[in-house]
Amino acid sequence: MTFDRKIEDVGLERGVSRLTPERIETTIRSVLEGETGAKLKVYAETCMHCGLCSEACHYYMSHDGDPTYSPAGKVQQTLGEILRKNCKVDGEFVYQMAQIAYTECNLCRRCVHFCPVGIDTGYIMSTMRRICHKLGVTPQYIQDTAHSHSATMNQMWLKDDEWIDTLQWQEDEARDELPDLRIPIHKEGADIYYSVIAPEPKFRTQLIYQAAYIFNVAGVDFTMPADPGWDNSDMCMFSGDFEMMGRLKKRHFESALDLKCKRIVMGECGHAFRSIYDNGNRWDGWDMYPIEVIHSVEFFWDLISSGKIKIAEKFKEPITIHDPCNIIRGRGLMEQSRKLAHALCENVVEMTPNLEHNYCCAAGGGVINCGPPFKNVRMTGNRVKAEQLKATGVKTILAPCHNCHGGLEDLVHYYELGMDIKFFGDLIYELMEKPEVE
Amino acid sequence: MPDASTWDWNPGKREVQDVGSWSDKFEWVEEFHASPDGEKVGAVVKTGEMEFTSCVNGEAWDEKFDRVFYSRFSPDGRLTGIAQSEGEWTLCVDGQNWPEMYGYIWDTKFGPDGSIICAVQQDMEYGMGVDGVLWEKFYENANNFSVAPDGKNTAAAVQVASTPQADIDLFQKGLYSVAVNGEAWDTVFMNCYTPVFDAESKRVACQVRRTLYDYTIAVDGKIWQREFQCVWDPCFNPVTGVVAAPVRLGGAWTMAQDGEVAWGKTFAQCWHQQFSADGNNLWAIVAPSFGKFTVAKNGDAWSVVSPVVVDLAVSPDGNRAAALGKDGYDYSVIVDGNRWSGSFAMAWKPVFSPDSSHVAAKVEKNGSFTVVLDGKPYSEEFDQCFEPVFSPCSQKVLIPAIKDGKFQRIVANVSDF
Ligand code: SF4
Ligand code: SF4
Repeated sequence: MTFDRKIEDVGLERGVSRLTPERIETTIRSVLEGETGAKLKVYAETCMHCGLCSEACHYYMSHDGDPTYSPAGKVQQTLGEILRKNCKVDGEFVYQMAQIAYTECNLCRRCVHFCPVGIDTGYIMSTMRRICHKLGVTPQYIQDTAHSHSATMNQMWLKDDEWIDTLQWQEDEARDELPDLRIPIHKEGADIYYSVIAPEPKFRTQLIYQAAYIFNVAGVDFTMPADPGWDNSDMCMFSGDFEMMGRLKKRHFESALDLKCKRIVMGECGHAFRSIYDNGNRWDGWDMYPIEVIHSVEFFWDLISSGKIKIAEKFKEPITIHDPCNIIRGRGLMEQSRKLAHALCENVVEMTPNLEHNYCCAAGGGVINCGPPFKNVRMTGNRVKAEQLKATGVKTILAPCHNCHGGLEDLVHYYELGMDIKFFGDLIYELMEKPEVE
Repeated sequence: MPDASTWDWNPGKREVQDVGSWSDKFEWVEEFHASPDGEKVGAVVKTGEMEFTSCVNGEAWDEKFDRVFYSRFSPDGRLTGIAQSEGEWTLCVDGQNWPEMYGYIWDTKFGPDGSIICAVQQDMEYGMGVDGVLWEKFYENANNFSVAPDGKNTAAAVQVASTPQADIDLFQKGLYSVAVNGEAWDTVFMNCYTPVFDAESKRVACQVRRTLYDYTIAVDGKIWQREFQCVWDPCFNPVTGVVAAPVRLGGAWTMAQDGEVAWGKTFAQCWHQQFSADGNNLWAIVAPSFGKFTVAKNGDAWSVVSPVVVDLAVSPDGNRAAALGKDGYDYSVIVDGNRWSGSFAMAWKPVFSPDSSHVAAKVEKNGSFTVVLDGKPYSEEFDQCFEPVFSPCSQKVLIPAIKDGKFQRIVANVSDF
């Protein structure tokens, strides 16, 4: 297989320029021998090259069946080559491996459902990213995000005071509408610890406003912390910096445990959930999360099904619903998201395929965080999603995940689909019965 | 620390304040806080349109603000609140404002001498202030704020140089250091975390990340000889001055002291270590195997395990420890390796009596709160209660609590439990 699609990236170039054959070999060996268990070996040995995984992957489908984009093909070009060459690969290979692992796989795990022997290409690509991280070969923008996490414990370089200030600013704004509204900051013993991902205070402050409004009307006893730990996101999990992933999750969980809250409810994000219940928690030694974590799709459904929030009028236009991989394939929230969608909308048009077989947004897995150099990779690599969206014939998409939002917005624009994208929070806030205010 | 021997330790119950009546006086009343001696109760209250202040024992502060948050009682019983007026911030202490206004202040901490310390942002630069006196030098960013045991010296992780957006090269060369009383160390690192002072309030140790992959501990700017896959918060031995920190080697955790591995055992996790006051014992929360946590003394783990263990407390004599176990939704109190019977919806960090003979913890069950002492719950449950304090003689426990709208101060005998 030839690799003819090299993209220039400052991080990858700089990283590769510092490599020596010895460093490459010892680093790869240390990860394969010291960090990956039987799982990787079994995967490497059991792939039958049957190709059944190919059509699972949006990259393969969007590139007209180019085998270098199939899950097994991507494994062949990375781990396969490492094993064939007994870890003696060169810098150019590492560049290619990094580009494939970081930008041509969303770790969406759709392919797992199609592989007769259950090979998890997402896991294999994560391991390749781990090797790249340890070699210092990471795309510039995702590395910058990882640096932000390490310096501020959030992914947007927000300083400690900027976070609290944003909460108070949103509280002020929302009080114009609901004068008694509170965003209780650092309230010990609150039932719910509400955490969000850093793009919310940075760019999408309306989501904090809306969540606060919904929680206040529903009478939820919640708090948002004053200290770092409030950002539940984790690009270090995706850059392969597992040590920083563990540090981030420790801070997040301990922030909630110290505040003596009973549950963490997190905003509409997918990847953070993966870090919380699968990866980050386990790196820290917790078998499961040390404090229950509820995704807002579950929490919103709870509020609506228990009558704490009443819907005044349903959304009339036909709407379609996207299935973010981490909360659908990862957490199994397809039922709740459908119940919620039907409680809010008169006409829900399903995509084909859907539920756990839905196509990925191509933004997740840290791919969108690899920044502008790789935007086209996402656009050309996900034509199939654009076609899928278009085939619904509707103008509005519901997507309960920040990454999916970003990815779908780009796709809608690139393929000129003329569609609007909403979070559940947007719809609930828009459609709910609002208390009369004098 | 406040002299608890001057407090009222007469056994019995005394109603301090009818907090239920506050809601008639104010548009709204936020969370209640109790002073350590149980003599005062305070809360942020709304007094009018966009008008807030604090109320203590029924008396509202004179000055009203656009906002008050982070309400805290100091150890000597003064109520503090971070207050905003016309877009600027100050710390209000018992109704008196600090002289200056700031761009932002937050993260209030207290010294044993009554000093009050805040994180401060002024003109988009960051540092700390002690009783309103700010560091001479401020930084582009500062976090991980820390106060010495004397309540006078302060430290934080600071960013010492600017970087253009997304310059990963410059970042990896190191932009962060630790500033002690505003003066940064000469050395810079990729990251610095959790600076901590020694018992004399002079030396400072912190976690440093030297490269993307190498972590170690720096003491007064000088790093340990050895690097690790990861480290957690260091602490000083209060007697010898040795620095201990959990370190990760070969994918497992153990304890290191002054750069050398100090414990013969490794764990799936090891953190929140704490020296006894005499410096003889080093306690920590550890996971002997994946998903199973407990407490270890000098590396020897208790046999009782829980999926989660938090809030390690060491007795004043250093020979006993207590912590909370968490299994699913249930919290339990574990003392000296034995789990008390009964589980709780929530539990707070256990408290030892001065003579180390008794342990008490605030707990929540079925929406009510009480105190459990040596495994036995107090006879009464409350709508809210605050963490218990033992008398200097160790024979009595103070329980400030709210029930049926009344804030009361209960002094119970240990034998009452
Ligand atoms: S993008 Fe998804 S379907 Fe494609 S290889 Fe990666 S995990 Fe598999
Ligand atoms: S479906 Fe599974 S066995 Fe078949 S080629 Fe893909 S990864 Fe290999």
